[in-house]
Amino acid sequence: MEEITSVFVTESREQLEAMEAALLQLEDSPDDADILGAVFRAAHTIKGGAGVIECRFLVAFTHVVESALDKLRNGEIAANTDLIALLLACSDHMGNLIGVLEAGADAPDADLQAEGDALLARLQRDWLSGEAAGKAEAVQPPATTNDEVRASGGGVVETDCWHISLRFGADVLRGGMDPLSFLRYLGTLGSIERIETLADAMPAADEMDPESCYLGFEISFASNADKAAIERVFDFVRDECTLHILPPRSKLADYMQLMMALPEDAMRLGEILVRIGALTQAELDEGLRAQSATCVPDEEGQAHAPAPLGEILVERQVVQPELVEAAVVKQKQVSDKKAAEARLIRIQADKLDRLIDLVGELVIAGASVNLLASRAGQADLTEATSIVSRLVESIRDSALQLRMVQIGETFNRFNRVVRDVSRELGKDIELVITGGETELDKSVVEKIGDPLMHLVRNAIDHGIEPPEVRAERGKNPRGRLELNAFHDSGSIVIEIVDDGGGLNREKIAAKAIERGLIQPGHTLSDQEVYGLIFEAGFSTAEQVSNLSGRGVGMDVVKRNIQSLRGRVEISSTQGAGTRFSIRLPLTLAIIDGFLVGAGRASYVIPLDMVVECMELETQGNERNYLNLRGEVLPFIRLRKLFEIPGELPRRENVVVVKAAGQKAGIVVDELLGEFQTVIKPLGHLFRNLRGIGGSTILGSGEVALILDVQALAQLAAKGEESALTHNQTGRNSLAG
Amino acid sequence: MSKNDNAVTQRLAIIEDMTIYNAAAQKQTLIEGLNACDELELDLSAVSEIDTAGFQLLVLVKREAARLNKRARIVAHSPAVREVVDFFNMAAHFGDPMLIPAQEAC
Repeated sequence: MEEITSVFVTESREQLEAMEAALLQLEDSPDDADILGAVFRAAHTIKGGAGVIECRFLVAFTHVVESALDKLRNGEIAANTDLIALLLACSDHMGNLIGVLEAGADAPDADLQAEGDALLARLQRDWLSGEAAGKAEAVQPPATTNDEVRASGGGVVETDCWHISLRFGADVLRGGMDPLSFLRYLGTLGSIERIETLADAMPAADEMDPESCYLGFEISFASNADKAAIERVFDFVRDECTLHILPPRSKLADYMQLMMALPEDAMRLGEILVRIGALTQAELDEGLRAQSATCVPDEEGQAHAPAPLGEILVERQVVQPELVEAAVVKQKQVSDKKAAEARLIRIQADKLDRLIDLVGELVIAGASVNLLASRAGQADLTEATSIVSRLVESIRDSALQLRMVQIGETFNRFNRVVRDVSRELGKDIELVITGGETELDKSVVEKIGDPLMHLVRNAIDHGIEPPEVRAERGKNPRGRLELNAFHDSGSIVIEIVDDGGGLNREKIAAKAIERGLIQPGHTLSDQEVYGLIFEAGFSTAEQVSNLSGRGVGMDVVKRNIQSLRGRVEISSTQGAGTRFSIRLPLTLAIIDGFLVGAGRASYVIPLDMVVECMELETQGNERNYLNLRGEVLPFIRLRKLFEIPGELPRRENVVVVKAAGQKAGIVVDELLGEFQTVIKPLGHLFRNLRGIGGSTILGSGEVALILDVQALAQLAAKGEESALTHNQTGRNSLAG
Repeated sequence: MSKNDNAVTQRLAIIEDMTIYNAAAQKQTLIEGLNACDELELDLSAVSEIDTAGFQLLVLVKREAARLNKRARIVAHSPAVREVVDFFNMAAHFGDPMLIPAQEAC
């Protein structure tokens, strides 16, 4: 795919998102001109861009959408839910068309084409039928004006044509924008009566750069479009071209002013204006005379700089102040946007991945150097390597930072989902998003979308009650769904909170007993009971506690989250709502680890989970818990867990870890200290291995396994529990 | 045809698209072609696409020819070239004999 096309695809998708967001806002405030403007601008920009890259099917479709939006903006039709739903469908279709372009196809396939035609037909029939006449007017009148002008001999100053004066900047062509496309596009707004091409700016052949644009145009343009609409044609090159637009029947003085403002010689411009019928020769002469007359007094032997056209226009009350104000606001928006763009660089994700890979290797190599240096025992070498490793650490942090993206974009997608699904189900639900600026690793963001989608749909479908039921229960008929994200000690927490009926603990427990998942009489914590809904095939079977599967099951949700080294917790209050908390690591690539030894192997414990370390008091205690300052701390012996043979060392150590609010001890032989760990995922073969999160390569070239602390902590707790009841050891429960 | 009997006439046919991608090379070709003769005949009948950059080159070569007291004539237009020249309303400016055949062909 050509670069310009791929840039267009990316930008159009952004525009589409903006358009969709604005359309959703529009539902709540259908008369807001700013929002309408935003929708229109997005559609218009896409159409403009599509025109530039000559993607005809997209232009054709978007054009109709745009004309509907234009009517909407002009207040000729009023926005209502039907229209907005239709426009949303149109924006989806535009997304599909962009997909077609991205796939490199020349035209959408028959199905998509049919879908597009159907949408256009609906737009046409329901909303544009009045427009059909209007549109015809928009195109026809220029033709009639045209006749009038011709009939009157051409060239009276009260010509009904707009006068557009354009000078393109040198870089337009290099920027991939062809003036020709813009002018052709202008032609769709009305009719170009006369065009004069000026190449005066072009230098002699030697200096002429064939990739620069030197052209300027004086255009006489007949159209019913307003000034803003004409200006918008040139939105794409607004910053790179000089654009003057004189409305029909402008004052003679304005033309004079225009001539002063343009780079070319006034006389030459005068001729051109006469030639394209904007002025008559007599008017030109008169104007020039008046001009020199007014110029003389305020000119003291100096070439005087012409006042900005805008100022003059307002002074002479040619343009309404609000028009100017609108233009100013718009210009400010454009420049703000430009400033924001300048701070952003687009780079390809794989380049970034390559960088992260390299940094990962650097971290490993650095660790190896550190190890050697400390073995060599030379103080200055150790010092030097410690500086290097500090720098490597900073590089690692900044490199990882590069991959961080805000989750807000992912959240915003749910506006649409909530709207569509709730409508489908006849519910009224408000989505509240907080913490959208929270950043997390790009690859995590990409993978969290599906599980989130499932949880959100579930919450809408089964969590939040229909309005009648809510009213009966004395709740606000309008349901509320919250998406929330925040950082919490080295991980990110994403919450999906609904104020619906909540989970029914008894029903879930009964169901679990029926399916043999738990034993009757077994006491379970709320957490554990709610956790059962993530069991495969559990929720889909029947309407359990208002929560049953749809699409992928909840077990898939849990698996997806676990594959991101995350976990999900549920808390629920019956009648008041449910809260799903997804806790994810910030990044998948590198962690700070704590290196421990057991037997001859080394293991890594994620450092942010380590609370403290202490010596295990040696008494032939076979029980797997100890007294930690009056607290019961279950622990698990790595030697026993991994069945490591060999003599027990003289002293054993306990690493106290905390995961998911649960403390546990891990008994190891040695504590080896902090270690930056590049996580290498385990192969598929080990997918079902519990207690191991991944592997890493030590500086010495040895492999160390990374412990999955959360699983171990659970094991420790369970092991102790079952040891109490069934006299089982932790190892046996590993098999689960 | 030529006012000068010993004028060197050269015919140059452009077969690629006259777009920004080829503009640099084509500028070279056109200017060298013009330098090598007194009268340059441009055959653009095979140009299937032309954009503003290509059009600029036509303007350039016309102007350069005028400056050097030479002539550059477009002896054959492809529909695309004709359409663009017409669109920019430069038919008259390029003017003279060379565009007349094109307009007749319209």
